[in-house]
Amino acid sequence: MSSDVRFTDFKSDKQPTWCPGCGDFGTMNGMMKALAETGNDPDNTFIVAGIGCSGKIGTYMHSYALHGVHGRALPVGIGVKMANPDLEVMVSGGDGDGYSIGAGHFIHAVRRNVDMSYVVMDNRIYGLTKGQASPTSREDFETSTSPDGPNQPPVNPKALALASGATFIAQSFSSNAQRHAEIVQKAVEHDGFGFVNVYSPCVTFNDVDTYDYFRDAIVDLDETDHDPSDRDQAKDKILESDKEYMGVLYQDEDSVPFEEREGVEGSMAEIPDGAPEGAMDLVREFY
Amino acid sequence: MPEDLNWAIGGEAGDGIDSTGKIFAQALSRAGRHVFTSKDFASRIRGGYTAYKVRTSVDRVESVVDRLDILIALTERTIHENEDELHEDSVIIYDGERSTMQDVEVPGDATALEVPLKRLAEDAGGAIMLNVVALGAACEVTGFPIENLDESLEKRFGDKGEAIVENNKEAARKGQHYVQEEYGEFDYDMETTDEDYVLLNGDEAIGMGAIAAGCRFYAGYPITPATDVMEYMTGRVDQFGGKVVQAEDELSAINMALGAARAGARAMTATSGPGIDLMTETFGLVATSETPLVICDVMRSGPSTGMPTKQEQGDLNMTLYGGHGEIPRFVVAPTTVSECFWKTVEAFNLAEKYQTPVFLVSDLAMAVTEQTFSPETFDMDEVEIDRGKVVDENDIDAWLDEKGRFQAHFAAADGVSPRAFPGTTDGAHMTTGLEHDELGRRTEDTDVRIEQVDKRQRKVETAREQEDFDYREFGDPDADTLVISWGSNEGALRESLTLLEEDGYDVRFLSVPYIFPRPDLSAEIEAAEDVIVVECNATGQFADVIEHDVLERVQRINKYNGVRFKADELATDIKETLDAPAEATQ
Repeated sequence: MSSDVRFTDFKSDKQPTWCPGCGDFGTMNGMMKALAETGNDPDNTFIVAGIGCSGKIGTYMHSYALHGVHGRALPVGIGVKMANPDLEVMVSGGDGDGYSIGAGHFIHAVRRNVDMSYVVMDNRIYGLTKGQASPTSREDFETSTSPDGPNQPPVNPKALALASGATFIAQSFSSNAQRHAEIVQKAVEHDGFGFVNVYSPCVTFNDVDTYDYFRDAIVDLDETDHDPSDRDQAKDKILESDKEYMGVLYQDEDSVPFEEREGVEGSMAEIPDGAPEGAMDLVREFY
Repeated sequence: MPEDLNWAIGGEAGDGIDSTGKIFAQALSRAGRHVFTSKDFASRIRGGYTAYKVRTSVDRVESVVDRLDILIALTERTIHENEDELHEDSVIIYDGERSTMQDVEVPGDATALEVPLKRLAEDAGGAIMLNVVALGAACEVTGFPIENLDESLEKRFGDKGEAIVENNKEAARKGQHYVQEEYGEFDYDMETTDEDYVLLNGDEAIGMGAIAAGCRFYAGYPITPATDVMEYMTGRVDQFGGKVVQAEDELSAINMALGAARAGARAMTATSGPGIDLMTETFGLVATSETPLVICDVMRSGPSTGMPTKQEQGDLNMTLYGGHGEIPRFVVAPTTVSECFWKTVEAFNLAEKYQTPVFLVSDLAMAVTEQTFSPETFDMDEVEIDRGKVVDENDIDAWLDEKGRFQAHFAAADGVSPRAFPGTTDGAHMTTGLEHDELGRRTEDTDVRIEQVDKRQRKVETAREQEDFDYREFGDPDADTLVISWGSNEGALRESLTLLEEDGYDVRFLSVPYIFPRPDLSAEIEAAEDVIVVECNATGQFADVIEHDVLERVQRINKYNGVRFKADELATDIKETLDAPAEATQ
């Protein structure tokens, strides 16, 4: 790790193909800043992404990275971290990727509490397939596949996380660059699964959950008397369905990551040239 | 007495059938006898018929036969289930004092020994030991030295304390003495030897092979009959710095293993048919991201949930062709329990040398079969590790482009790119399931697409040149009849050759452990008059691929750059094919 790493070192020379004005630009910049601020460099960082606009992030950032299949980024990230706890693992997803096809993995990744961060770009729409309802779309939001609205309430990912035993839950807004980077940084620094849902507006397909909407609606928890270590307070805030918060909603300061509890000590990449010493004992067990 | 002896204990699931059978099998193995075990079981936890069968001989035994010499029947149904296998010298041991067994009719001329198993067990300290009383009775009938049973009881109950062990030894002796006093001498006299054997099943051999080969990360989801692989590795791989993670589903399991493999660990997942279906989504990602991964399928009867506790070799097409698009891969199918160990080691080497998914295909018959081996069969000094083209800080410069970027998908002549584990200085790179360039970045460029498809396919050709994808041969090499098989059928086929020979049939038998790439059997097939392919499935999936191999090849025109055929282009291609057929078919 070099001490002079700048956030631009995490930038690749590939130009993003996101729509001009897309919230994902800000989300990604915050991720890069958070990684640099926490003393990481591209060679010790592993970024995992799923599918969709959020999934493109590995191409635009510079680090070790894998762009996988829809909804499965979290298990990949868990595998990376378990096999080499020395790596900084950050997973990026979208609301469709993370809360629809990947919802099962989300719950289990949360309760497993591997030391990694999960940044979800939540724009409340399927963008890359050109504008269908997502799991966080409003009940009456009209789209090409839901002309009368999805007619079902949106999922509350922060409530899912809390119910699943999350040790870190935060909400961020891509347009507030400074706060966003700080919040992601806290997730990276957290000893365990750092979950950040980021309002990352889609300027092309979502004319409801816009920058203007979030700017007006969002309340910064730092400007309230919210105590993130108080799970009950976090629960109340998370269940307020008509409120949009920014900041750390909940953090368990005593969190111990899964891999530490499991006694994983170092990289599993190093193996002997032949069978490990003492391997014949494995055979003798069968006498 | 027969040279080999077939013994079984049967009852209801939950009666301790498995552990009792295993105690006897281990006692035989420790007495220097070869053992081959099999199980009849239903997909339920308690109740229903279940049996554990042991075939044992001083010589190697490789299969099961339709003959039962000694049967311990804990239920009346056990007798009926095995009626066809009993013969005039068979001995049935059962508890005639039990209300359900009082009017038991013994079929044919078999000898029935009523032994008050429960009462004698209570005398020895507890009714729970009634199975051990039966084992003692079986020792007397077979002339098997009861001291060998003692050792096995010590191994099984040692953790529970000296008193329990002694009670069990006493229970066994009560069974032995009862038979001695009530029924006198029997014809059997089981020989023992000084050989030391180990006794293990196919799943355990796969797990042991994985650890020996340096596998340090295993993610899986419990499923019959693959769970034993996971249970074996749990706890044991930790001793070597590894970890087993029970994932929330098979999709997660294979993706976790993929992540661990990208982090540089040797990683594996194992499942059975329904789980392979779920994992299929990720096959293409493993292949396209060029991640070394061993995916083990312990087959059972399908389709759908099929018959979870019954044998089938029905997933071959799935492992050969599963996944959309075209996926370069290896499919290796061990043919014996010991091969489960060695082919697992080989699977890891193939995966890393060629940076591809390797399907390790086993089956229920192998998974639940315990077999004896000399410990040297698993000589750990013979295990070789080949990690392929891993680069580190010292030699990474050779693989950086002019801008200093690592070319993780470099289109090397042999199809195999350099590999940098995360953490390697200057090695940072991305990869993706999308078509990508040499840097791993998404592309739709038609030329790059062709370059990368060709590059990945070249691995298979390179492997064909470098590896020895051979078969094992048995029987008469000059016979006109050729039998070909794969997977766990080898033992039964080898034994059937002897029976056929006795009846005047000469057969040449090829046991093929490599499904893809596989040995070219054209010459062998041409030389034979009759060719028979043996496999545990309805449609003959391996027969299909072998038939395909010996067909005269059609000429082919292929296009895969992402653009549809155009008329003028096709006319040109067809003309060129006709003018230079040999070239065009390559």
